[in-house]
This record gives sequence, C-alpha cells and structure tokens, in this order.
Amino acid sequence: MELLIKNGYVYDPINKIDGEKMDIAVKDGKIVESVSSSAKVIDATNMLVMPGGVDIHSHIAGSKVNSGRILRPEDHYKDVKPRTAITRAEVGHTVPSTYTIGYRYARLGYTTVIEAASPPLKTRHTHEELNDIPLIDKSCYLVLDNNWIVLDYLSQGEINKCAAFIAWILKALKGYAIKIVNPGGVELWGWGKNVESLDDQVPPFDITPREIIRGLCKVNKILNLPHTIHVHTNNLGKPGNYRTTIETMDAVGDLANGRPNIHITHVQFCGYAGYSWITLRSGAPEIAKYVNNHPHVTIDLGQIVFGEATTMTGDGPFQYILHNLTGNKWKNADVEAEGSAGIVPYKYRRKNMVNAIQWSIGLELALLIKDPWRLFLTTDHPNAGPFTEYPRVIAWLMSTKAREKTMEKINKRAKKRGVLASIDREYTFYEIAIITRAATAKALNLENKGHLGVGADADISIYNINPMEIDPSKEYKKVRRALKRAAYTIKGGEIIVKDGEIVKSFIGETFWVKPTMSKDLEREVLKEVSEKFKEYYTVSLENYVIGESELASSKPITVKTNF
Amino acid sequence: MGEVTLKPKVIFKVPIIAETITPDNFARKSIEEIAKLEVWEGNRKVTLGELFEIAGTPGETPTDTKIIIEGDVRKVRRIGYKMTDGQILIKGPVGMYLGEKMEGGKIIVEGDADSWVGTGMKGGQIEIKGNAGDYIGAPYRGDTKGMKKGTIIIHGNAGNEIGCWMRGGTIIVKGNVGAFPGIHMKKGTILVEGDCAGRCGAMMKGGKIAVLGHIPSILPRFTFDEIKKSFKLKKEKIKGPFYLFTGDLNENGAGKLYVSIEKNKHLQFYEKYLE
Repeated sequence: MELLIKNGYVYDPINKIDGEKMDIAVKDGKIVESVSSSAKVIDATNMLVMPGGVDIHSHIAGSKVNSGRILRPEDHYKDVKPRTAITRAEVGHTVPSTYTIGYRYARLGYTTVIEAASPPLKTRHTHEELNDIPLIDKSCYLVLDNNWIVLDYLSQGEINKCAAFIAWILKALKGYAIKIVNPGGVELWGWGKNVESLDDQVPPFDITPREIIRGLCKVNKILNLPHTIHVHTNNLGKPGNYRTTIETMDAVGDLANGRPNIHITHVQFCGYAGYSWITLRSGAPEIAKYVNNHPHVTIDLGQIVFGEATTMTGDGPFQYILHNLTGNKWKNADVEAEGSAGIVPYKYRRKNMVNAIQWSIGLELALLIKDPWRLFLTTDHPNAGPFTEYPRVIAWLMSTKAREKTMEKINKRAKKRGVLASIDREYTFYEIAIITRAATAKALNLENKGHLGVGADADISIYNINPMEIDPSKEYKKVRRALKRAAYTIKGGEIIVKDGEIVKSFIGETFWVKPTMSKDLEREVLKEVSEKFKEYYTVSLENYVIGESELASSKPITVKTNF
Repeated sequence: MGEVTLKPKVIFKVPIIAETITPDNFARKSIEEIAKLEVWEGNRKVTLGELFEIAGTPGETPTDTKIIIEGDVRKVRRIGYKMTDGQILIKGPVGMYLGEKMEGGKIIVEGDADSWVGTGMKGGQIEIKGNAGDYIGAPYRGDTKGMKKGTIIIHGNAGNEIGCWMRGGTIIVKGNVGAFPGIHMKKGTILVEGDCAGRCGAMMKGGKIAVLGHIPSILPRFTFDEIKKSFKLKKEKIKGPFYLFTGDLNENGAGKLYVSIEKNKHLQFYEKYLE
C-alpha cells in the first residue's frame, strides 16, 4: 500500500528537519523517496507532522498492572467508552484495559511504548498482556538488580558470567533492557528492611547498591545492549533524596565513553530536597546542574498531573511507606528470588503542598536541563498520572502562561519552595518532537523509529494544528486539544487513527534483544544457573523460558556482544 | 403538583439502566418528549416509551413533579440518579442503585429495594416500606466516598455492610441488619432498631451506630466507655440504657457504638470495667 502525506509542516529532529513544508512518501510500511501516482494522498496542509511517539517508560502490562486493575474497580466504571465496529469497549482511567491502552496511545499519536518493569518470573504474564495491546509496538525491561543469581555473581566479582546469565535471560524471557529498581533495597525488603544510601550493605549477599549499579552497568557494556541500564534510584519518594540521585549518576561516571550509560527514570520522584515532608523543596536545580555537565546521563521526567493516579512500582518498601502516609488501600507482593512490587492508589491535589512541589519539580527539570536529547517526557504512567495527560504536560512546557495559570491554583507555600516561577523557557515544537519521539528512539537505539528518513518505519502522527501560525505560548489550550486527538496516526504504513477515532485495529510487534554468545559460555553458565534454579525457585528452568511462539508478533533484535 | 405515571409494558427480563427517570429530566417536558428519553436495556439503547406506558403531566419545575411507577421494576436500576428535588413513588419492588448520587427530593418505595440504595447520596430522603439489600448508602465497589447527607429509612430488614464508607447523613433500619453495618464509616448516624448479625462498626473512624436489638458480640477492637441513658438522633431522644463503646482502635477511630443493655444480657461482663 502506498501513501503520500502532502504539504505538512514536518518536525523530524533526527534528520534535522525543523518545520519544513514537505511531502512524505510511504510504501509497504516504510518511508521511501517517492511513490507512484496511484498512492493514497493525505492532505496535511497546515498540519503538524511528526514521527510516531515513542514512550520510554510506561507501566502498561504485567501482573502488577493487572493487580492494579483488580484493586481499583472504581477506576474502571468512571471511565467507560462503548465499543464501535472496530474497537472493543474501553474501560479504565489510570489502569485501563489492554485494548484501551493501545487505542489511547494511538489517539495521542504514539506508536511505540515500553513496559517499564517486568520481574523475570512474571514476564510470561507481561507478554500475554503485551500480545493483547493493539496498534502500538512494544517491549519490556526486565528487573534484574535484585535477582539472587545476578547478586551472587556480582558479589563474587564474576562480571563475565553475570553478563552471560543476563544475555541468556534477556533472550529466554524476551526482554529489551536491564531495569534496576531500588538496588539492594528490594532484596532487603524481604527482611522488612530497606537501604538508605548507596554504600549500605545488603547482608545476604555482602554487596552494596553502588556495586550492583556499577556491576550491571559493566554488564550492559559487555552485552552492548541497545538501551542503557534503566535505574529507579534508592530512597525514591523521600525528602532529601536528590543527593542519592546525583550519587547514583556519579557512580558510573567513570565507566562512560562519550555515550550515555545510565538512564535515571521518573526523576521527579527522586529530586526532593529538604529534610522532611514539611521542609520539602525542589532539588531540581542541583540535578539539572549535574545532568547539564555530565553527558553520560539521560533522564525521564515522571511529571505529575493533578488528579487520579495509581502508584505501582517494583519498589515494595516505598509503596509500604506511601500506604502508611496516605492510608489508602494497597497491595504488596514478593516475587521469589527476584524482587517485589506494590500498588497504592493516589490522588494528586493542587492544594496539597507536597503534590504542588512535586508538580513544579518535574517542570523545573524539563526547563533547566539544556539538552533535550537527554530528557524524555513521561508521567511514569500510571504513577504520576495517566499517559493520556501528555498533551497537558506539553502545554505546560510550551507556555509560561499555562504554567502561571496552574500556579495560581496550587498551594501558596509550594510556590516558594521551587524556582519554577523564575524560569521563562518555552519549548518549541522541534524540542517537543525531540523529548517525545526522537530522543527516546535514540536512547532505545531503535533505528527505524522516531524519525521520518528514508528506510524508517512509517510510524507517523499528524496533528490538526498549524505550527507556523499558532503561538503555543498564548494558545496553549489549542495545542493541548490538537495533541490529544491526532488528525491521523499512521502505523507501519496503515492509517489507524483519523480525526481522533480508531479506524483500523491490529496487533503491533514486540521487540526483544538476542545478544550473541559463544555456545561454550552459554552451556557453562546454564549449568550453574540450573543448579541454582533448583535451589532458589519454585518453578523449573524449562517452564521459565518463554518460547518465541508465545509472542503474538515477535521481532528479535540481534546484538553483537563484546565478550 | 404535576404527576407522571409509568407502567411497565412487560415483565422486564434483562437489567435496565434508567438514569433518566428523575423529576429533573421530566419537568417541563410533554409526554411525547418523556417517551423519547433514552435508557439502556441490556446492551441496547431504547426509549422510555418502548418500555413503559406513560401518562399524566409533569410540573413546571422538578420541585412540583411527582413520578409514580406502578408495577414491578426490580430489574430497573438507577432510578432517581442525581435528582435534585421532587418526588418519586414506586408501587412495587425496585432494582439496584435507587437514588444514586441524589441531591434532594424524596423517593418512596412501597415494595422491596435491591442493594446500593442511596449510593453516594448527597441529600434528600429515601423511604423503603419493605426490605432492602446490601450496601445501603455505600459507594460502589472500590470507591471510598459513601453517603454524605440525607436520610434513608428502611421499614423492613437490610442486608450486609449498610453505611459503608459513610461520610454523613442518617440511615434508620426498623428491622434487622446483616453483618458489618457502618464498615469504614467516618461520620453520620446509623440506627438499627432490630437485631444485628455482628461485626458492627468494623474499621469505623467516626460517626455513631446504635443497635436497639440483639448483637452477638462486640469487636475486640472497641473499648467499653460507659453506660448511657439515651441516644440522640437529630432532635429525638431514644431511650436506652445503652452500653457505649469506642473504636475502631485499629484505625485510631473515635466512632461511637451504642448497644441496648436490655436485649444484650450476654454483654454484661463489660460492666466490670466500669470500676
């Protein structure tokens, strides 16, 4: 099938195209130089054309998300949309059903989304759900930092063997990158404890969080994985934790060679200064200063959006603290030998001082960090707000007026605790295209995503807004409205959304990495692992492995390792 | 006062979601317009006129509009949804979510009512002459915002977990109730004139519950305070005497639980804590 998108204003930062009026030709799901005259023409005159969005961190699938759905029936009956001829019924607001997730991302113009944390043992469940999410391409990070086998190897200093194990587990469980969640702390949570600094001991393994992060960073380098290590820091959600965040970034500074080697996720949740919730203030300036001066770090925001949210992380101890703070219903789970998870519903309120400070921290980070290629837009869906609120965050980033309008409504004390009021930077459409598409695709090393060059996947979003005429600083509401419902979303050369409505539904691909490894090394490590497996796990190794046939649409990415 | 009469044309077999049956929707409309109001019958959208025979004339405002439903509407849910004023009289049994989120006015049911009467109610009055189901004045599953204001009077018996997550208002049950009345309750009053199946006031943080009949036992998370002569319900005084308990201590709660001494001789052992 051929498509020609005519006369749109194209924003394609990877190819350095900044609002040029041009045509884009699509053939057989790829972007090409030109198409025949029989191609279907989409008139994008006076419209904004961008590559399909790429979300680097979003909790969309897995046992934890499903537990959230079960925990929150009220989240479901308050947001319902009847089925149409093409779509199934949509339910859920912060933890929508699998189908709803696909539809809503497509409506926003997003075409690639990565599930942010899947404990290896629960990854079969994650893939079952990913298989059901329509339209978008997806993948999942594996939580590997509190895995007993990894900790065993790291504490013995066996980096190569650890790398071989991780290569095997990524291949066996069809994951994409190494996720680190409160390294050491989650393991200690099994004993009802937590770590408080990077140099606390984790007694059963005689290892520190710093050693875990450094070890996995080295492993990542050996395996040459497409994405860096994806880190949820220690002390998340505690006042004064910005120091831990900076220490975490600094812990791997010497291992970098020009390219980013650590990604700190939802930095808003770990950018708090002050000594208690009462003296809380923004730690964003300090973090921004560090990130501006150190090119080995990438971050994503985890921006708060006021309203309902469901916090769900692999950080069991943090979720317990949150439950005690709020008194809300909660769930906490232990994943044998691998990690934990917790869920607490939460409502962010404008008039709450802490929530208002949290809101400003996210925006301060986005505005103070100069290089948009190392900063990505997320709301850590559904922890800080549902992904459907991205247009709202974009409006805040593009307009000082929008920020001031919200600031009038927030808690008065909170305004003095941050520097947001003094910042007048406003994002351009080009920068928005970077933080939502280009930079994320680059950070994930997805070569065919996030740009519109010849050979790229034909994932395109078109918004009904004229970037040449509109002044986003003043007409931020128009921007928000336009970004909320894409005029067209094209996925793999097919039109899936037209005027904000789904017109076609199919299942996208699931990416996973396949690191190359010598047969001997694999055999040796598997022998050791299978013995440990009998000791540590309640399942057998054979049942742990996920076959490629279990994925609805599998797309392996072979990675050449440096063993 | 304008009156509109609805008569079911057939015996309903599938659930009907009839949020549109309220004085607010009927006021100032002609019978033809009322017949065109939409309701869900199972998974189909139908009009009110297809299900009911409609007669009468509605009033100019919700206040002087009275809706009379004659017949069996036990499959019809959400009657009186968000109504602000006026009256609904149901001569027969009625389905779930009667008077959901209602803000004012009055609903009288001359038969039985199903569960979730007055879900998330904010004002007004509901009176049920027969029995009622579970979750009276409670929010829907998972939610934490129960009844806020208004009165629910049930002349028969009620089921389990009445007044769940209650934030205010009054529930009076003249008959017996099931287990867990006032669970998670924060404010408001529940009066049970009959017996209670037990676990009264579990996890309550505030508010008052009085049981005039028999109760098998008091939860161990309640402390015995004193003997009270009477229980005050608005301006009315209900004569006791009562044992007064405070709880639920697991939730640091300060809810008050009044239990009739006369009907609960087996709780006499609490009196030794009075010294």
